[in-house]
Amino acid sequence: MVRKLLCALVCAALAAQVPSAALAGTKVSDGVVKIGVLTDMSGTYSDLAGPGSLIAVQMAVEDFMAKEKPDFKIEVISADHQNKGDIAANKAREWIDQEKVDMIADLVTTSTALAVMKVAKEKNRITMVSGAASTPITNEQCTDTNVHYTYDTYALATGTGRAVVKQGGKTWFFLTADYAFGKALEKDTSDVVVEEGGKVLGHVLHPFPAQDFSSFLLQAQSSGAQVIGLANAGNDTINAIKQAGEFGITPKQSLAGLLMFITDVNSLGLQATQGMYLTTGFYWDYNEETRAWSKRFGKKRGRMPTMVQAGDYSMVTHYLEAVKAAGTDDTQAVMAKMKATPINDFFAKNGKIRDDGRMVHDMYLARVKTPQGSEYPWDYYNIREVIPGDKAFMPLSKSKCPLVKK
Amino acid sequence: MIGIFGVSLPGLFGQLLVGLINGSFYAILSLGLAVIFGLLNIINFAHGAQYMMGAFSAWIAMRFFGVNYWWALLLAPLVVGATGILIERGMLRRLARLDNLYGLLLTFGLALIFEGLFRYKYGISGESYPVPDLLAGGKNLGFMFLPIYRGWVVVASLVVCFATWFVIERTKLGSYLRAGTENPELLQAFGVNVPLIVNLTYGYGVALAAFAGVLAAPIFNVNPVMGSNLIITVFAVVVVGGMGSILGSIVTGIGLGLIEGIVKSGMIANLLGNIFDKVPVLGSLVYPVKLLFSPEASAVTIFVIMAIVLLVRPAGLFGRER
Repeated sequence: MVRKLLCALVCAALAAQVPSAALAGTKVSDGVVKIGVLTDMSGTYSDLAGPGSLIAVQMAVEDFMAKEKPDFKIEVISADHQNKGDIAANKAREWIDQEKVDMIADLVTTSTALAVMKVAKEKNRITMVSGAASTPITNEQCTDTNVHYTYDTYALATGTGRAVVKQGGKTWFFLTADYAFGKALEKDTSDVVVEEGGKVLGHVLHPFPAQDFSSFLLQAQSSGAQVIGLANAGNDTINAIKQAGEFGITPKQSLAGLLMFITDVNSLGLQATQGMYLTTGFYWDYNEETRAWSKRFGKKRGRMPTMVQAGDYSMVTHYLEAVKAAGTDDTQAVMAKMKATPINDFFAKNGKIRDDGRMVHDMYLARVKTPQGSEYPWDYYNIREVIPGDKAFMPLSKSKCPLVKK
Repeated sequence: MIGIFGVSLPGLFGQLLVGLINGSFYAILSLGLAVIFGLLNIINFAHGAQYMMGAFSAWIAMRFFGVNYWWALLLAPLVVGATGILIERGMLRRLARLDNLYGLLLTFGLALIFEGLFRYKYGISGESYPVPDLLAGGKNLGFMFLPIYRGWVVVASLVVCFATWFVIERTKLGSYLRAGTENPELLQAFGVNVPLIVNLTYGYGVALAAFAGVLAAPIFNVNPVMGSNLIITVFAVVVVGGMGSILGSIVTGIGLGLIEGIVKSGMIANLLGNIFDKVPVLGSLVYPVKLLFSPEASAVTIFVIMAIVLLVRPAGLFGRER
């Protein structure tokens, strides 16, 4: 009996040795680097992330394989987290325990991102957040196994808030989605508004998701504020902008979309959105490089990429390059490599990942074109200002992340 | 400015008017459900999807065939209603003798399929449908700026609701319908084609949903999930009004829209705050109630009312105990 058991153990050990022996160079656990794209496949955010994010990640893997010819296999799997923290956390646990996933990418809502980051930290796996936006991801709840890549509420709020106050929009009223993300967005923006000499007259919280905004818009209207800040996202923002036009709020009062994606502008049309300011981490038509990549993406997806999807491509490439350079997919080694290497591609120039997990890169202040000014499909933005990374994101001195040494 | 409980009077009128507009949407959607439940005894869970299909048909007709709003208002209900007739003929009829849970499951499945197909084809961000030129712009009523289109929505849905009520309660055709609800076998014995009546009734209920969808298209972003966001609320309206009660669904729809408007204005929360906040123990006891009636919880209000109504009158406000 004992001999049988021993034999079985030895055989198992030998069997386990075979694949890694075959791969002499990079030491990869289970013989494969597995990336799990956990995103909103069917809900409110499935156009700005969702299937498009999966396509971007697959493109990154294909390009990496073709260019670097690595000595390890790469696999991509995906699932729908339905924007629910518990579902996301369970999926992440299952992926790490059973599917041996090494890195979880995208994560669209803050609640799902925070839940998955916690699981990944506990199991020592990497999370790379591109979709979610709230600052707690790299502050109170930061982990040393997480990278927050594309943008955050602070960068968007301060970019747009500062620009609008400078244009003369001194008094603000907020329309805020009633969950962590909306409140974070409102807080970051009102801080900047006050800092720049503006004044916040009030706010109203609306349920998430909401369909009819007329009651809330009437309250914003009667506040008399010059600017109505929309601290929400996706369909909520779309419906709010559409209905604001209907109730004659615009153009008397102006709207500031604090989290707007190019898919939102596309859906609303330029008639409703012209002249709005917004901050973005990526615009497809910015230069030759961005155009070249975006057109490839556009061929596969049928529409131009959002910043989230472009960020997905860039961060997965950065991750795979770090695995190759580190010669292992060990979490801490890869994290160290990713933080040590600057990011230079079509998405970011001299991007760097800080100790709190924040990837710092230039952001763009855009103004939506008029219908007459738009010459071809998806020709939506004028880039008015490049906001340098150090100014765009929350400085480390303000950080509440325990990993940051002060 | 004159104000009550922290809300200015013009503000309150504005909120009531907005409540009336939403209420007329609830009314026309719950009316369709009530008509279907009354005669077919089917809980039509596909109603939200059919409302969405109405809105999308209008958009598709405009985008690809250049059909304007007014024609869409007529054609979309006919087209979507026709799909309803096919569904009744091909599927629901087979379930007629079974428990109504089966009809619910079937229509729920259909709703998921319809939504999935539209999501696959058009994505989630949705499409924009312009307000027709004739109804564009708005009127300043002094206490609020009323978009003309919203006024039209109230008028159109009230007319359709009243016409439906009139046909069912006051005409010979309506008497057949009501008789079909009471005793289909007996009615058939009198030579009335009951299966045809049932078939057309389902088609009409679905057409009502599509009609509401076309009305909604210029206001809301036309997207595949616009119906599923609304359907649960509308079911609550039907339950409060009394399952299958025509008048009940109209009156409750408008009433709950108004109440929701008041809650969204924050008046009730302010009122409770003003009275109880300074009272030591009572203040903290009332706090949860205050939260329940705050603007951010407005999505819950209708369900709280539903729970209370079910406790007091299980058959709903206008329903009959069976």
